[in-house]
Amino acid sequence: MFVSTALLVLKKDFAIEVRSREILYTTLLFALSCVLIFSIAFVKEGEPLLDAAAGILWIAVEFAGTLALGKTFERERYGETLRALLLAPAPRAAIYAGKMLGVVVLLAIAEVLLVPLVALLFHAPLFAQPLLLVALLAAGTLGFSIVGTLFAAMLVRARSRDVMLPILLYPMTVPVMIAGVRGTSALLQSPADTATAVMWIGLLTSLDVVFMTIALWTFEPLMTE
Amino acid sequence: MRRLFMPLLVVATAMFAYAPYMIDGAAYESSMGLVQKIFYFHAPSGMMMLLSAIVCGVASALYLWRRKPAMDHLALASAELTVLYGLIVIATGPLWARKAWGIWWDWDARLTMSFVGWLIAISYLFVRKYAGPGSDKLGAALAVFGMANVPFIYLSVNLWRTLHPKTSVVPSLPPLIRGPFWFSALALFLMYLLLLTARLHLERQRAALDALYLAEED
Repeated sequence: MFVSTALLVLKKDFAIEVRSREILYTTLLFALSCVLIFSIAFVKEGEPLLDAAAGILWIAVEFAGTLALGKTFERERYGETLRALLLAPAPRAAIYAGKMLGVVVLLAIAEVLLVPLVALLFHAPLFAQPLLLVALLAAGTLGFSIVGTLFAAMLVRARSRDVMLPILLYPMTVPVMIAGVRGTSALLQSPADTATAVMWIGLLTSLDVVFMTIALWTFEPLMTE
Repeated sequence: MRRLFMPLLVVATAMFAYAPYMIDGAAYESSMGLVQKIFYFHAPSGMMMLLSAIVCGVASALYLWRRKPAMDHLALASAELTVLYGLIVIATGPLWARKAWGIWWDWDARLTMSFVGWLIAISYLFVRKYAGPGSDKLGAALAVFGMANVPFIYLSVNLWRTLHPKTSVVPSLPPLIRGPFWFSALALFLMYLLLLTARLHLERQRAALDALYLAEED
C-alpha cells in the first residue's frame, strides 16, 4: 500500500513533467548558469582554484534543487491539486515519499549533466572513484530532498514562500552540504582519500535516517488543516 | 512558577551582583590571562542555548501532535531565548578566540554547527513573523529539525579535531575554577527561567487579547 501509493504519486508527477518538461529544463539551465558564475569566481589565469570543484558541484545541486522544489509545489498550488492529493484515501506519508522521490529523480538527472561538466571545466578527476562518488551524491541528494520536500510542502500555503524556502532550507541542509563537499574533495585528492570519503558517506546515511524519520513523522500532523 | 517569580528574581539579581566577585576570586589562568574570565559567561550561555533549543523542539513536537496552544507559546518563547543566548555565545566566542587562537573566527565543526543552530532559531522567528497563516505548525516542524542538530553541536568537538576545547573540559575543571563556573551557570539558568516565564506570560496575554478581538468581531 505504502510503496504503491508512493510510486503512483511519482508516476503522476512524471506524467505531468514529461508533457511540459518545464521543471527539468529550467533546473538544468539554472544549474548550468550556476556553474558559469562559479567559473568566473573560481578560475584564476586559466587554472581553477584547488578543491573548488567539489564545492561548485554541491552548491549547484543545492541551488538547482531549491528551484525545482519551489516549482514542483507551485504547480500543485496552481491547480489546487495538493488538497485533492491529501484527501485521497492513502497514507499521507506515502504521498510525501512519492513527492520526495520525484525530487530525487529530477536532481539525479541534473547531476548526470553536472558531474561531467564540472569535471571537464574545472579539471577535476571526479570519475577516479565512480562508485564512491555515486554513493556520496545519492546519500547527499536524498538528505537534501527529504528536508526540502517537507519544507516546500509546508510552505505551499504560507506567505512569502519563495523567500522562506531558501531561508529555512539552507541552514537545515548545511550538515548535508558539509558532508557532501568534504567527501567529494577527499575523492578529488591524488591519490583519492577513500577512507575519509567512506566516513562522510556513513555520516550522510545517518543524517538521512534521522531526517527521514522526522519527516515521515511530522508530515501527517503538518498537512492536517 | 509565577508565584516563584519575585523570589527567584531577587535570588538571580543577588547572584548576578555577586558573580563578578566570585569570578574575580577564581584561579587566574596564566596563559590566557584576563580573557579566560569570558569562560564563565561563554560556556554556560552555550549550555543554555542548547537547553533552550531542546525545550523548543520538545514543545514543538508536543504542539504538532497534541495541538495545545500552551506548547506553542513555550516553543516561541524558548526560540527567542535560543537566539538571545546564541548571540551571547557568538559575541563572546570571538573575543576568546582572538586571544587563544589569534583569529576571530574559525570554521571548525563546533563553531559551524553552533552558527547553524543559531541560524535555525533565527529562521524560526522569521517564519513565525512573516509566514502568515499556518506559521505555527511550519515553525514547529523547523524546531523539531533544529533539535536534531543539538547533539551534533554538543558532540562535534569530540567527533572532529577542532580548535574549540572538548566537552571533557567542564567536568575536569580545577576546584578553584569549578565553583565560580557552576555559580555562573546557575545564575544564567535562573535568568533563563525568569525570562521564559515572563515571555510565556506575555504570549498568553497576547493570545487572550487576540481571542477577545475575534470574539468582538463575530
